[in-house]
Amino acid sequence: MFTPNTKENQQEMLKVIGAQTLEDLFKDIPQDLMNPQYNLPAALSEAALTREVKALAAKNKPMLNFAGAGIYEHFIPAAVNALSSRGEFLTAYTPYQAEASQGTLQVIYEYQSCMCALYGMDASNASHYDGATALAEACGAAARIKGKNKILLACAVNPQYVKVLKTYFGFGNNINFEFVNTKDGITDLADLEAKLTGDVAAFVLQTPNFLGCIEDGDAVSQIVKAKGALLIVSANPLSLGALKAPGAYGADFAVGEGQPLGNAMAFGGPGLGIFTCKKEHIRHIPGRICGIAKDADGKRAFVLTLQAREQHIRRERASSNICSNQALCALNAVIYLTLLGPAGLKEAAELNIENAHILQQKICAVPGYGLAAQAPFFNEFLIRCPVPAAKVIKALAKKGITAGYDYGKVCKECKDLLLVCATETKTAADIEAYISALGGI
Amino acid sequence: MNNYPHNLLSIEKSVAGRRGVRFAPASKRAGDYLPAGLLRGEEPRLPQLSELDTVRHFSNLSRLNVGLDTHFYPLGSCTMKYNPKAYEALAAHDGFAAAHPFAPEQSAQGTLELLYKLEELLKAATGFDAFTLQPAAGAHGEFTGALMAKAYHLSRKDKARTEIIVPDTAHGTNPATAAMCGFGVISIKSAPDGRVDIEELKKALGPKTALVMLTIPNTVGLFEKDIKAIAPLIHEAGALLYMDGANFNAVIGTVKPAEMGVDIMHINTHKTLSTPHGGGGPGAGAVGVVKNLEEFLPQGRVAFDGKKYSFAKPSKRSIGAVKSFYGNIGVLIRAYCYLRQHDGQTLKEISQNAVLNANYLKALLQKHFPVFFDYPCMHECVFTLDAAKMNGVKTLDIAKRLLDMGFHAPTIYFPLLVPEALMVEPTETESRETMDNFAAAMIKIYEEAQTSPDLLHKAPQNCPVKRIDEVSAAREPDLHW
Repeated sequence: MFTPNTKENQQEMLKVIGAQTLEDLFKDIPQDLMNPQYNLPAALSEAALTREVKALAAKNKPMLNFAGAGIYEHFIPAAVNALSSRGEFLTAYTPYQAEASQGTLQVIYEYQSCMCALYGMDASNASHYDGATALAEACGAAARIKGKNKILLACAVNPQYVKVLKTYFGFGNNINFEFVNTKDGITDLADLEAKLTGDVAAFVLQTPNFLGCIEDGDAVSQIVKAKGALLIVSANPLSLGALKAPGAYGADFAVGEGQPLGNAMAFGGPGLGIFTCKKEHIRHIPGRICGIAKDADGKRAFVLTLQAREQHIRRERASSNICSNQALCALNAVIYLTLLGPAGLKEAAELNIENAHILQQKICAVPGYGLAAQAPFFNEFLIRCPVPAAKVIKALAKKGITAGYDYGKVCKECKDLLLVCATETKTAADIEAYISALGGI
Repeated sequence: MNNYPHNLLSIEKSVAGRRGVRFAPASKRAGDYLPAGLLRGEEPRLPQLSELDTVRHFSNLSRLNVGLDTHFYPLGSCTMKYNPKAYEALAAHDGFAAAHPFAPEQSAQGTLELLYKLEELLKAATGFDAFTLQPAAGAHGEFTGALMAKAYHLSRKDKARTEIIVPDTAHGTNPATAAMCGFGVISIKSAPDGRVDIEELKKALGPKTALVMLTIPNTVGLFEKDIKAIAPLIHEAGALLYMDGANFNAVIGTVKPAEMGVDIMHINTHKTLSTPHGGGGPGAGAVGVVKNLEEFLPQGRVAFDGKKYSFAKPSKRSIGAVKSFYGNIGVLIRAYCYLRQHDGQTLKEISQNAVLNANYLKALLQKHFPVFFDYPCMHECVFTLDAAKMNGVKTLDIAKRLLDMGFHAPTIYFPLLVPEALMVEPTETESRETMDNFAAAMIKIYEEAQTSPDLLHKAPQNCPVKRIDEVSAAREPDLHW
């Protein structure tokens, strides 16, 4: 299909090799394993493929989306994809040959810089798979640093992240997790203080949390630090256009899902795992890191650095097995942030706050609906419905609206709770459509 | 001076008050909705550029890169083959890209159908009974596979299996994965012919062995010709056989891994299935398993009841979730496209041409650069240097000189057991002319080593920067502005 060598080419090349046929090159493979039967459909031409895959895309119905819960719908300026789809970025690989990869490397350096600025941290890696796996790596690092195997999790950490943590550290992998209760939508400080015993390596806080509420980072940090544990914060990067940076309240590790920064929702993947930390933890960072070096003329150049942490050198003693990063998603994020700048990011964050508050007030004005978590929120909020949330979702789906996330999926006693999100993409008309559909149930 | 753009950082081009994108501002400020104590004090130090500034900045950065679209990129073990443009356009289609993962299943039938059919295609191409599409990369697939092996043994109340065996030629990810999953790592020496030493394997196998991880073909580009003896040995010892699919491109269409006795295997979609490498990712690492391991697969598999597609309820023994949601969908759409453009015959042409190109390069270069394990190779060939003839020139010098000559360098200094290794993987999408040109460049470099070795020590001269002192970066790390 994409093989340019003609039959004549092949014959000439075989002659140079000293072989008769292509099969001769496969003599090491036991004969009875060779050339099995393939039950594959007929190969498609590009034109036929295009028809088929477009038809599949057309089977997806576009919805007016009010779901968040980890992946958020944001406006993506056209320049983001126009630039990141350039073949020089798209078809390069990990910048092993630095002199021929200065574009990718400088992008990584700028990405790391933007993440450090946004999260208020000292160092960032070149990115991890997604928010959940970045959090898992931070937990692993914290346990190693402290030499302790217990980690406390805020109850309102995204349940998918919790599931990933349990997969990463279950099966006898020696980190035990314990939950800290939530009170009025945010972490119960008294419960946190009580559970922070001497065997705890770290506390994991998510903000905004899975109820949509903004955690009080200062208060939490004070308690965690007083007990000598590390603080790991998972934060939505777009919220940090307006909200306090984790570094400002003393986070040791700050991670997050970077998809909101210029990356498509893409049905949940690829994501962008943001991983940042304080200076003293740099040697525990998983994966690639780019730094500044000098070339033979003393000119500034960019290279992958601190590689002694990594699997290709340390093998079984590496800080992680990761050997890639989400470079293209990181590129989208850094182009997005460069286009917006601090003022644009703040504008976007404030629009999220405003739209979510307008929608929340209008929903709560519909009889029977009320706010279920009272703490301040960013772009999503938890609604108590007069009927099961699943019923609301079904009714609104018929009108082409994704009403939100059914909280009953993760909490049996919460079947009437609906997590609703309104980003800057929602217009007054969209919000009216939601309210009118809700009124019709 | 060369003609490359300057490498000023975006922050160095920044002018306060300048910006690219504007939104219609909110009617009220954040402080009108939220308590001041939760808000940011200082604004983040992000660049302030116009849209044109931004477009020019990143366009010029791209010009400092070598990519597959512009250069031959024979990076061994990475399978840098052509990424068809049609797939980019199709994956970016709003119907896929704008879908929220929690949208109702009835609104996502197209994506679910594609994922379901991709699993069917992968099964047909490999012989496995089931796949997970959730892992985000090859190493992540290894992690998933090793955890499944652990869950499998634990489900049989076999708690003694605490070790993973890897050959000394393995990628670093294999031992790192084993350690991440809480296993001990037993590294076994390769035989003189570069393959698994069966006697060493026998000695290492035992009641503590959970898994043996083999890369097939292996990292010196050779097929495990005794695989039919190796697989039963592993199974008789009660262990499982994992195939690292990093080099699957060499045998796709020629061999079905499940028929070799492999129990678990990951496929790097960005290698064998032509999804773009993206400067380091995102990739995807689909993992296939035989029937008795299916119940351990992570969540997010798609089921079809004859009418509609939906997410299957994970089995009780599922290892859970290795990442959020269902996998790198944007990448998997491209992998689906690739498999739909192939049937049994064209799959075979992939492996035939990949192996032909590698052996052709081997034949062209062997006189100048010895092949460490001199057997007919598969999709890649590992060269070394005859120090006596190289006049002090090292592999690193050769790699840098290749950059000057308009080629990306091969993988160098890997595998570790080959001194001064140059691991060349041409792939099937390259032509005979490209092989000839690359071989000519390599031979010219060999000649330069005899006549003007200094030229090589000082390479590159034609890249955006001269040779970088990599150690200088680690001394006092400067990792952000």
